[in-house]
Amino acid sequence: MHPILANVRQLLLYLLAWLPLSGILLYLLISFGGVEWTRALIFIVPLAMVFAFVCLSAWYSCRATPLASSGFWRLAATHLLGAVSASLLWLLIARGLSLAMASISPFARFDQQIARELPVLFASGVLLYLLSVALHYVLMATDIAHQAEKREVEARVLARDFELKALKTQVNPHFIFNSLNSISALTSSDPAKAREMCILLADFLRKTLGLGEKAYIPLAEELELVHAFLSVEKIRFQRRLTLEEKTDPGALRVLVPPLLLQPLVENAIAHGVANLTEGGWIRLEIRKSESENVSIMIENNFDPDTPRRRGQGIGLRNVRQRLDTSYGSRARFDVRANGDRFLVALGLPAEKMA
Amino acid sequence: MSEERKKIRTVVVDDEDLARQIVREMLKPHPEVEIIGECANGFEAVRMVGELKPDLLFLDIQMPKLDGFEVLELIGDEIAVIFATAYDEHALRAFEVHAVDYLLKPFGAPRFELALERAKQRLGKKMSPAPDQLLAASREPGKYLERLVVKDGTRVQIIPLDKLDYAEAQDDYVALVSQGKKYLKQQTISNLESSLDPAHFVRIHRSYIVNLERVRRLEPYGKDSHVAILSDGARLPVSRAGLARLKSLLEGKI
Repeated sequence: MHPILANVRQLLLYLLAWLPLSGILLYLLISFGGVEWTRALIFIVPLAMVFAFVCLSAWYSCRATPLASSGFWRLAATHLLGAVSASLLWLLIARGLSLAMASISPFARFDQQIARELPVLFASGVLLYLLSVALHYVLMATDIAHQAEKREVEARVLARDFELKALKTQVNPHFIFNSLNSISALTSSDPAKAREMCILLADFLRKTLGLGEKAYIPLAEELELVHAFLSVEKIRFQRRLTLEEKTDPGALRVLVPPLLLQPLVENAIAHGVANLTEGGWIRLEIRKSESENVSIMIENNFDPDTPRRRGQGIGLRNVRQRLDTSYGSRARFDVRANGDRFLVALGLPAEKMA
Repeated sequence: MSEERKKIRTVVVDDEDLARQIVREMLKPHPEVEIIGECANGFEAVRMVGELKPDLLFLDIQMPKLDGFEVLELIGDEIAVIFATAYDEHALRAFEVHAVDYLLKPFGAPRFELALERAKQRLGKKMSPAPDQLLAASREPGKYLERLVVKDGTRVQIIPLDKLDYAEAQDDYVALVSQGKKYLKQQTISNLESSLDPAHFVRIHRSYIVNLERVRRLEPYGKDSHVAILSDGARLPVSRAGLARLKSLLEGKI
């Protein structure tokens, strides 16, 4: 589709640009051809408007001979030929119009008057057409730049979506197998407890599955997920696992990327209580400050003598990356190990609320 | 005596109560198997096995203190071991250490029975791997060890590798020297060498491996040998080949 014809606003602007051009034609006709100005005006305005549309055809030849890939002679030949033919067509129309006007009495012999000015009109027509060629080349260049920019933005959005999806779908299979093993043990010793654990596990799995589609969820929903996860682990580790939680109710409606806290809590279990014979604790604290920031702290104890296992750090890196893609420099992520305590602290802007 | 067959004395090692409970339950229909002990971490496992000398061991892999492979390395080769874990990625290593079987949690009774049957067949004959093989399996493929475990009487000593100063071959043992203390471990020095990160540990002599960070300076000694002087003053002989290896590593560092 023609870039100017495709858009009414652009077409109006284009026609507006032709007003001064028709003024120049008018001036030529009055001062050199000695035509009386009302006659000249009635003649030139429709003629200029017609030629404005004729000149739009330059777009097709511009598209056929792109500036970058066409040689000078080819460009010159194409556009001169176009200019001459457009201008000749215009002369034909001008001649026809002058003849038609001459047939009405106030314009008697107008055709003869105009016939003397045809060479001037021809030259103007060629120049105007070439001007239109230049305009179309400019339009094409801006259009290409615009499209490239749009493609780049689309590619970035696509890459980010893909990354988020890849990062999100990571329920640890060992968690599932270990939980199923606990359920298997409970089926004979404590069937009611086995059923309870089945339901808690199903609850957790259903919640994580549903989150894949969403970009943000209320913190309350993420906490439900964390609670479902911890209730399962509490049955598995029994008395070995102690939990402490303090949550500012004001923070619950803040929107966060899904699965932001659950991997951190899972990490706290895998590298904390799982390696501690005497049992371990996890402390979760969520605060919303005056400055519209949410700060989240997850602290656990761990055995400093246990070497770091393969895979440690993936969960942390994952969360850090997702904070980065979602908030950029507005988010904070700190990891500190001090003696037998491990602390992950995040801060994020409470910009979106449910 | 022959009428009443000898019972299979068994120890169950798992850090989770519920996981031990399953093994107990599945052993219930087998009066020939007697559970003589249960424990929840690697340290206890090593001590209990040392004291009770069981025939059969059910062993979890991911545990506090010592993992299952480290436990196996320390308790030696007398015992039939059945691993039980939720992680399938250790299966290959488990068979390298001649485990009787490798149960993936959760497992059902038929699978458990099969493992027990295999254990019974194994109990008659000795088919134990060499300690070297056990050690080689205690690290994950493509990775170097991060710590060494040594049995010190009934206690277990863990030596993080950054605390190891040097190792010296002594007949069938290596003496590991860490912070002025010496620990003996049944292992060849070549085998130890292959499980250490060559960027930090150098074989400077037929009988010595040294932690590069501990080397203060080198002095000529005799006609064509050298001694390495460590930060704590210890003097270790350096062979000609050892000197070349040491120099290339030290130059790489500068």
